[in-house]
Amino acid sequence: MQVTVTVNGEEHTSEVEPRLLLVHYLRDHLGLTGTHWGCDTTNCGACTVWLDGVPVKSCTVLTAMASGHEVRTVESLEVDGVLDPVQQGFMQEHGLQCGFCTPGMMMTARRLLDDVPDPSEQQIREGISGNLCRCTGYENIVRAVRWAAEHPATEEAPA
Amino acid sequence: MQTPASFEYERATSVEQALALLEQHGPEACLVAGGHSLLPMMKLRLATPEVLIDINELPDLGYVRVEGSEIAIGALARHVDLLASPVLREHYRIFEEAEHVIADPIVRNRGTVGGSLCQADPSEDLSAVCAALGARLVIQSAAGRRTVEARGFHVGPYETLVGPAEMLVEVRLPIRPGAGSAYQKVERRAGDYAIAAAGAFVVLEGGMVADVGVGIAAVGAPQFTAPGAEDYLRGKEPSEPHLAEAARLAAEATAPAVDQRGTVEYKRHLAGELVRRALRSAAARAAGQEG
Repeated sequence: MQVTVTVNGEEHTSEVEPRLLLVHYLRDHLGLTGTHWGCDTTNCGACTVWLDGVPVKSCTVLTAMASGHEVRTVESLEVDGVLDPVQQGFMQEHGLQCGFCTPGMMMTARRLLDDVPDPSEQQIREGISGNLCRCTGYENIVRAVRWAAEHPATEEAPA
Repeated sequence: MQTPASFEYERATSVEQALALLEQHGPEACLVAGGHSLLPMMKLRLATPEVLIDINELPDLGYVRVEGSEIAIGALARHVDLLASPVLREHYRIFEEAEHVIADPIVRNRGTVGGSLCQADPSEDLSAVCAALGARLVIQSAAGRRTVEARGFHVGPYETLVGPAEMLVEVRLPIRPGAGSAYQKVERRAGDYAIAAAGAFVVLEGGMVADVGVGIAAVGAPQFTAPGAEDYLRGKEPSEPHLAEAARLAAEATAPAVDQRGTVEYKRHLAGELVRRALRSAAARAAGQEG
């Protein structure tokens, strides 16, 4: 079947099988491998992307369901060489170890901060509770999101 | 890689069209909304529908609103909508407490109330909530609408009264002024299915229980409820000895299965304890206290 999906502002029309999951469409058809394919069971959240502005686990969304809709992936966070504050926060606070959960964590965190610009530690912990870090690096991930909250987008990227 | 078996994809843009597609494709067709129960089962090939009818784009089916003396919830309301609903928070705290422990925030962005009920998983929290509150469920077909009691909706595990060419379109809850309600769940880890869970509402008149509902998930209580415990409490003071006896009766109504989540004895004990806590909290809230 033919699908047309807007990904990071760019419209893509492709011929796909109805059973193709969105995570594989993004990675294998569009080459956007920033979205990680993890547990495949809707648990780990590594594949989190935005569908019409809402974080979803793309291993449990059909590409067909996304047709006619807007998807945003981790590749969209950096604009013209300037990292999103969430990306800067993960860098500043060492919010990643192996990095596997990071794309999903950052997409969830970006939405959380858009909704709640100054979240408490508890709100951050609840907000990322659908994203698992197998390195158990949660302390620094929470600090990274707090860093981003304290350094909103207008600021210069740190040297 | 987990890949579903091949299927045809259709997208419905109205309830009527969805029902017509179900008629056209027969019993091997399946509706999909959030897909967070169905797609994982399809990936494991536990479900192999030949046609998937996507109903995510049906307009105006995601509401939560007061209609007269009832609350009406559209089948496409997402978990996140129920969690955030001011109407539900005002009338039935049980929803907020149950939704808060259903899966995780990202799954709750996608999963729907209609899908949860129709999946009819024996551990489904909203089935217990609807049983506790005595919800009525509206099922639509080409022939029109029919309304059934939530207590009676489940024919068995993963089976409901919804026929092959029918669709659950609405959940209706009676508003009970002054009702207190609560939900209690124990899970192995955040976001897991319940080991056991229980919900309750209580209405008090003159300090006595005038109306009460109990819902229980994951431990094999028929129709997710325990009428014996409710009958026992009606007309009585919600005192600790009475709550303990109601909890005992509720535990007796369960039929847990042993699995990696626990033994039969443990689950039955837990179910009783959670019923007691839910009733205690609901009664306190009905009395205007923090519960």
